[in-house]
Amino acid sequence: MKKIQTIIRKEWSEVFKNRMVLFTVAFLPLLLTAIPLGIIYATSSSAEFAGASSEIPGEINAFCPSDFSGGDCFQVFIVSQFMIMFMIIPLAIPASISSYSIVGEKVNRSLEPLLATPITTTELLIGKSLAAIIPALAATWIGFTIFILGTWIIIANPEIIGYFLDGRWLIAIFVIGPLMALSAVSFSIIISSRVNDPRVAEQVSMIIILPVLAAFFGQMAGIITLNITFMLASVIVLALVDAVLVFFSIRLFQRETIITRWK
Amino acid sequence: MITTQNLTKRFDQITAVENLTLEIPEGEVFGFLGPNGAGKTTTVRMLTSLISPTSGSATVNGHAIGERDIDIRRSVGLLTETPGWYDNLSAERNLEIYASLYEVEDIKGQVGKYLRFLGLWERRLDVTATFSKGMKQKLAIARALLHEPRTVFLDEPTAALDPEASRLVREFILEIKQQGRTIFICTHNLDEAERLCDRIAVFKTRLLVLDSPANLRRQVFGRKVVFHLLQADQALVEKIIQLPQVTEAKLIDHKIVATIDDPEKHNPEIIRLLVSEGADVQFVGELRRSLEDVYLQLVKNA
Repeated sequence: MKKIQTIIRKEWSEVFKNRMVLFTVAFLPLLLTAIPLGIIYATSSSAEFAGASSEIPGEINAFCPSDFSGGDCFQVFIVSQFMIMFMIIPLAIPASISSYSIVGEKVNRSLEPLLATPITTTELLIGKSLAAIIPALAATWIGFTIFILGTWIIIANPEIIGYFLDGRWLIAIFVIGPLMALSAVSFSIIISSRVNDPRVAEQVSMIIILPVLAAFFGQMAGIITLNITFMLASVIVLALVDAVLVFFSIRLFQRETIITRWK
Repeated sequence: MITTQNLTKRFDQITAVENLTLEIPEGEVFGFLGPNGAGKTTTVRMLTSLISPTSGSATVNGHAIGERDIDIRRSVGLLTETPGWYDNLSAERNLEIYASLYEVEDIKGQVGKYLRFLGLWERRLDVTATFSKGMKQKLAIARALLHEPRTVFLDEPTAALDPEASRLVREFILEIKQQGRTIFICTHNLDEAERLCDRIAVFKTRLLVLDSPANLRRQVFGRKVVFHLLQADQALVEKIIQLPQVTEAKLIDHKIVATIDDPEKHNPEIIRLLVSEGADVQFVGELRRSLEDVYLQLVKNA
């Protein structure tokens, strides 16, 4: 456990000195929290949306509980579109941190002396993974908390707050988020074993956010509905994807493989 | 103590190390010499449990590789071919990380001790990105010793060091030898190997020869004695070569160079013969072949 803590502290003290990583960790959650809050503020302060129930299309009204006013429903609909973008945070941050962490070690040739210590590869892998996952989840959860508090301050409508605190989004933030972060780390390890430039590793690893973008556009196009069924199905699919990615990342993250095969 | 029995490592179709059998007693400074690609680093990696052998066995400090790998890594220090540092972090922080991973109890004390000893104390708070190659190498030696290992593997310890730093490192190696540690040095620096090592192995995929530097010379070239004469001719050479203890003799200018089994015993007889033949012997000396000559001869024949 002490060695895992040492690895986590080492990773943080090193990667957070990298501007690119720092930018991703700090700026991305800020942006993705500010956008839905800005939308809520703009729509709640506009008289145009306030009582506009008759002008709201039926498809949007169908999206909300029946007791929502047209204005409330419009706010909920718009913000829901952007809430899915929030799920980029637990993917992008771990991908960025682990790319710089692992490829950085390759470039500095520091993996061999590290592997020569009495640490097990499991401890090393857990340490590196947690060092990438913890900031991502912290940023996601802090961002989500700020979003809920901000929404409360701006509109003070318990029904709308309740809508964003229902099972779907709690599953998304507290179950799908960690599963996504694990996918991102495992995927980055697989990519990092093949490339020698942290920026290339990061860019390739960012492919992992494509499913979230697909969900975003699918929802906008009305192909996907982000209901509880979709969220639970996502949990199952992600768990399976994680099992596969973790299996391959563990296979690649063996002492001998790292020393002799990672180029 | 290190023992290996038919240690072999193959990478697909390539054999990197073949049937290496060694016994290195506790406290010995052991030189491992060989050309690039000979399998030296692969051997060190097997002995430090970084990679596993394809066949054969080995024990390091009483722990069998493949069975007690963590114990092996806990009891050995490794200076890798390239030092590898976290360049955004200070020298002190870098060493503290490794001290923690090596389970050192007094982390600050050990880190301070080696930073002072290797002359890096004043630069301890500087990030290693600002360090020269030599300073990084010295820091890597400190890292290999932080946990006071019983056996130390040094892969090219003075590579990239200036003469002063090289000397410091050599003195340091001799000092840790005095502490009874076993030291396994991979080097291309034959002069260094000769100065530091009790025994030397010349290796090219398989073990070519293993002995003390002096015995290696004798094994490869025999012992050559040079007789400096005022006047010398071929007739004197013919007389000398008829002696049973002389295996070879040549005339070079006014010198006769003879290969003799046991010069301490047989030189007086040869000198008496030369004097009886009317030669004026000015002085007698031994022709010392450098370890480089020995090494090149062995590797060429391998």
